Amino acid sequence: MIKRILAWLSVLLFAVFSIYPMLYVLGVSLRGDNAFQSQSLEILSASSTGKNFIDLFTQTDFLVWMRNSLWVSTVTTFLGVAFASTSAYALSRFQFRGRNTMLFSLLATQMFPPTMLILPFYIILSKLHLIDSFLGLFLIYSSTALPFCIWQMKAYYDTIPKELEEAAVLDGCSRWLTFYKIILPVSAPALVITALFSFMASWSEYVIAAVVLQDPQMYTLPLGLRSFQASLATQWGLYAAGALIVSVPVLILFISISRYLVSGLTMGSVKG
Amino acid sequence: MAHIEFTQITKSFKDHAILKGIDLDIANGEFLVLVGPSGCGKSTLLRLLAGLEKWDGGDIKVNGQSLKNLEPQDRDIAMVFQNYALYPHMNVAENMGFALKLQKKPKEEISRRVKEIAGLLQIDHLLERKPKDLSGGQRQRVALGRALARQTSIVLFDEPLSNLDAHLRSQMRVEIKRLHQAVKSTMIYVTHDQMEATTMGDRIAVLKDGRIEQIGTPSEIYHQPKNLFIASFIGSPEMNFMEGPVVHKLPWPEARRENQILGVRPEVFKISQGPLLPQELELGSFQIELSENLGGQQMLHGRLEGQTVRILVDSAEQFYMNQKVPVKIDLTKSHLFEKSNGQNQRLQEVKDFKEPQCPPGFA
Repeated sequence: MIKRILAWLSVLLFAVFSIYPMLYVLGVSLRGDNAFQSQSLEILSASSTGKNFIDLFTQTDFLVWMRNSLWVSTVTTFLGVAFASTSAYALSRFQFRGRNTMLFSLLATQMFPPTMLILPFYIILSKLHLIDSFLGLFLIYSSTALPFCIWQMKAYYDTIPKELEEAAVLDGCSRWLTFYKIILPVSAPALVITALFSFMASWSEYVIAAVVLQDPQMYTLPLGLRSFQASLATQWGLYAAGALIVSVPVLILFISISRYLVSGLTMGSVKG
Repeated sequence: MAHIEFTQITKSFKDHAILKGIDLDIANGEFLVLVGPSGCGKSTLLRLLAGLEKWDGGDIKVNGQSLKNLEPQDRDIAMVFQNYALYPHMNVAENMGFALKLQKKPKEEISRRVKEIAGLLQIDHLLERKPKDLSGGQRQRVALGRALARQTSIVLFDEPLSNLDAHLRSQMRVEIKRLHQAVKSTMIYVTHDQMEATTMGDRIAVLKDGRIEQIGTPSEIYHQPKNLFIASFIGSPEMNFMEGPVVHKLPWPEARRENQILGVRPEVFKISQGPLLPQELELGSFQIELSENLGGQQMLHGRLEGQTVRILVDSAEQFYMNQKVPVKIDLTKSHLFEKSNGQNQRLQEVKDFKEPQCPPGFA
């Protein structure tokens, strides 16, 4: 009993510890610009208003940034899922020359810190005239997310018994139809995680976006939020309100797909 | 309608020869069982026929037409897999109707056929369920139903019962036999369980190391095993094998040679009482060491002429430990094997053995 209470208390403590900063951001977003200089720990106060949220949508380009971010993240996710699901299938099911080399090269790309790649990316993109274009961002985001996604999808495909495909082939499926009708639906949990990973990787990415995008009309959310930070006065209220809104889509995504995060769709197809 | 011919089929994986020249002729509507120890190539043979693997040499023909350039989906073959391989995201009805849907059959026909087969297999109450909500036995029935719903001329079974418990297995054996009589497809059934083979097959092909050792009816294989391997592999409890001086007691000319092995099934031994029939021979004194009660019968373990022997007798008879009883064998049901090559020396003589005739309708 005492053990349980202790466990409960420590979990509670950790929860408060990790959630308080977020609540504090909420508090700042509801207060004036000087809220960060306030010494009190209180979240809601008499001066709390929704003004920052209204200003965010009416006085700034927040909606433009939001649209840009959604566009970039959606396309990156789509590319990531499409390429990862197909190439991982090939790597999992077909034997071909260079298969292992390819798998290890993909893994090797993950060993370099992303910041090291900024300069080469910039040079490549400027030679391709892709600076200040979303296409450049799509290319970088999907190519950096792909290796991990491919490995992840491959690991999942490897667990699907090959008899499932053989049964489909005998039932009259072509290779493509087998993939589309049997393998993809069975791989839903892995696809969802791959999609989530691709989405998150581009949604909150700042450094590469800052290098590639220079026109404020093309800013993604992280860049937009950063623009509130000026050398003399930072609009902390707007900043906090924006940050909260940015986290909402991610929150919704996580909640809506949580059932897929607990895998186990293959259970029951073969002996178990 | 499918008459299947395998001619000189060979198959290797890398340097390892799996099938070394298989010749096999399967009649239309036959239920053939391929049986053999694991790694003998029986599943590979099935997969070649299904088109899941390509063979190296020889040819497989169905109704005279070579399958060489036919894709698996064009071969009119259904298969039941050992691990069921049900589509986990589809319910039972969708699983069973999947192939028909791909063939673009009308919805009413698909649903009619699925219901018909489900009725036959007594799974009509499960049609809406997903595979994960079924028991092992139910999944096995669905896998069976999926193969039968397509009404193909050939149905293949790759050890379909090996994941079921003993009770369910014997139940499904009968069921599959009954379905075979109902649908009349040519069926090939792979198993490593000799019991399944002898109870189910119209004919049995016994494989070992990529070769067919013997093909015949279950009774032929049981009573006329061509060699030592088949004699020991088929039949449960296993045949007794004896060497040495005891072999020389036999009245056969071959028995006088050295290196001969006498093979006698446990039920062929009889406790000697009274005079011997002309085909009988008293083999010696059997010392009982242990009795196993099998219900209607009992298995006596003991020693005969210094060799370990098992004898199957009626369980009503009473025996005690270390009791010595004289035992006799029926010579027409006994076998003599050459030790060097394992060949049955008495095959011609044993061939005269007549199978008991079943009344019509029980075959």
